[in-house]
Amino acid sequence: MAEFFTNLLGQDLGTLVWIVLRILVIVAPLLLGVAYLTYAERKVLGAMQLRKGPNVVGPFGLTQPLADGIKLFFKETIIPTDANKFVFVLAPALTFILALVAWAVIPFFEGGALANVNVGILYLFAISSLGVYGIIMAGWASNSKYAFLGSLRSAAQMVSYEVSIGFVLVAILLCVGSLNLSDVVHAQEKSVWFIVPHLPLFIIFYVSGLAETNRLPFDLPEGESELVAGYMVEYSAMTFALFFLGEYANMILMSGMITTLFLGGWLAPFGLAAPFGLVKLWGLFWFLAKIAVMLFGFLWVRATFPRYRYDQLMRLGWKVFLPFSLFWLVLTAGVLEYTGWMRS
Amino acid sequence: MAEAQIKTFNINFGPQHPAAHGVLRLILEMSGEIVERADPHIGLLHRGTEKLIEYKTYAQATPYFDRLDYVCPMNQEHAFVRAVEKLLGIEAPPRAQYIRVLFDEIGRILNHLLNITAFAGDVGALTPMLWGFEEREKLMEFYERVCGARLHANYYRVGGVAADLPAGLVEDILTWIDAFPGWLGDIEKLLNNNRIFKQRTVDIGVVTAEQALDWAFTGPNLRASGIAWDLRKAQPYAVYDEMDFDIPIGKNGDCYDRYMVRILEMYESLKIMRQAIEKMPKGPVRTEDRKVAAPSRGEMKRSMEALIHHFKLFTEGFHVPAGETYSVVETPKGEFGVYLVSDGTNKAYRCKIRAPAFAHLQATDFMSKGHMLADAVANIGSIDIVFGEIDR
Repeated sequence: MAEFFTNLLGQDLGTLVWIVLRILVIVAPLLLGVAYLTYAERKVLGAMQLRKGPNVVGPFGLTQPLADGIKLFFKETIIPTDANKFVFVLAPALTFILALVAWAVIPFFEGGALANVNVGILYLFAISSLGVYGIIMAGWASNSKYAFLGSLRSAAQMVSYEVSIGFVLVAILLCVGSLNLSDVVHAQEKSVWFIVPHLPLFIIFYVSGLAETNRLPFDLPEGESELVAGYMVEYSAMTFALFFLGEYANMILMSGMITTLFLGGWLAPFGLAAPFGLVKLWGLFWFLAKIAVMLFGFLWVRATFPRYRYDQLMRLGWKVFLPFSLFWLVLTAGVLEYTGWMRS
Repeated sequence: MAEAQIKTFNINFGPQHPAAHGVLRLILEMSGEIVERADPHIGLLHRGTEKLIEYKTYAQATPYFDRLDYVCPMNQEHAFVRAVEKLLGIEAPPRAQYIRVLFDEIGRILNHLLNITAFAGDVGALTPMLWGFEEREKLMEFYERVCGARLHANYYRVGGVAADLPAGLVEDILTWIDAFPGWLGDIEKLLNNNRIFKQRTVDIGVVTAEQALDWAFTGPNLRASGIAWDLRKAQPYAVYDEMDFDIPIGKNGDCYDRYMVRILEMYESLKIMRQAIEKMPKGPVRTEDRKVAAPSRGEMKRSMEALIHHFKLFTEGFHVPAGETYSVVETPKGEFGVYLVSDGTNKAYRCKIRAPAFAHLQATDFMSKGHMLADAVANIGSIDIVFGEIDR
């Protein structure tokens, strides 16, 4: 394929077109996935709460996300008078873009990453750390007390949980010996899925993932019963939609990271062979299936748990997760050093 | 370096706020996330109920009580009809008394279900709310079957109740009583021992027994602070003295205790409902005093006197002897009192309503002081306020 474009359009332009095409192939289904994640969320929550969820627009309400999207697109974007207009509009765009660019390094199947770079984990970590800026900027630019409190909470929260996520990543890194995400999956192919030896880390990472994406029980930045909508309180129409898309894209991304790091990425469980030799499709199927299971967990948690209080959340992050992930890191290093187990 | 003075900032919590439980406007003085002062503002739902009652006949005044605390309408009607009955010197027939007790307890469950689930919603658990509403819907259907309205019942009348229970209702209520503990158990499983729920409620908004008395707490809020005071036991009205039930009390007076007291009260209410149904005698449901209650249709066709009674009752209403009285019942939120002054005409001269939630709302300041914003929300949820009765 790449040769086809370079032959047709010349070396530079052809490569560019080829890359843009590949980006589109990732982003378009991703956005569709985000849209239907909202649908799934409403259906799953509905089922757990003894109600039906969307069922009017289209068969089983299947076109509801599109209707919502169109509605948000055509509504007027209201910018508060006292807001800093530039930052106010930039913030949701930043959140949205950051949620998308992270996908560049995620391997969907064997060799199926847009950029199979050797610093994949670092890249992901860097991008997810930047996510907090969108929220802080939104809270500050809105010039509203609710939004401001929301963004303060969120900044504190994301920074705290990033630290333990960092240590989890280091522990994985020790086992793999490479920052390349495809290598992470290959390492799991050779030994076992990392969820087996690293179950506690998996739990920490999953919970931190909930906190990173501001989901219940950690949805303090937008805590509905306290801050109404937190940092999003002044946003409407497309600016709101971008936050919304960004948040859900982040959820999918977080599930993708968990899948890659702990659940063997594209690997089929028990080494099931691909039917009809469709190796890549088989890998993609398992990758998406694992993501779906992780996402279901996100929704399930939302239907079940109350919300943490601000200080309790910080306590959990700094006093429980951080020491434990540090301890586990040392333990992992010790085990690897003295037994050579799982060394690749 | 000179010590810097850190300024607090105010946020306007409500009247349009998802956790404001209606139209509460709370001015919160915050120092970061810590609440320094909470100043509740009332009056946004003021409809002049007390004044309007002065211009309505006694029968026309009853529906106003449905619209006070619209979560448990019949319990408040009870206070008013009892006040009028006291002034008139009449008693409702026994069957009516049992029906009143039955529906008082349905009202109690209606109220507690909404409150505990809304409280769970305030601390972030969304699911109990919708589970609770399913059961509330069934209870409201009982309301509907007995009086035709789901919410604003106007079912209790001076001298009895509007109509007898329709056929089959008692059986359906019994079936529901059997099924309900299962539903409630589900909600309890989701919350009672949930670590996050406990972290959010235990030792939050502690009200000591002394404070509770000082701030005129009544009902579950008072009992959660450890004082076993329940008008159904302390000064039994209707037929509560014939009922066998317990009063759950709390120990610490925190949000968790208030929640648990309400949960346990629902189980007690089920016991009372079952007994009321079992002990309910046959007989009339409205007093035979034709100066107060209208005669039957059939009687009106035969008797001139009955026709006159009917005409007088539906044009002028009944006259109540001059005097004053205070009648109080244990509504789900606490002691709901009606102070009624009659000047001998067909309209009340003055009707002062004592709403329990009004007293409870005063506590928001001392309960929330020094707590975090999220706790202030939990406190408001746990003291069970409804603005219909606070603003009147």
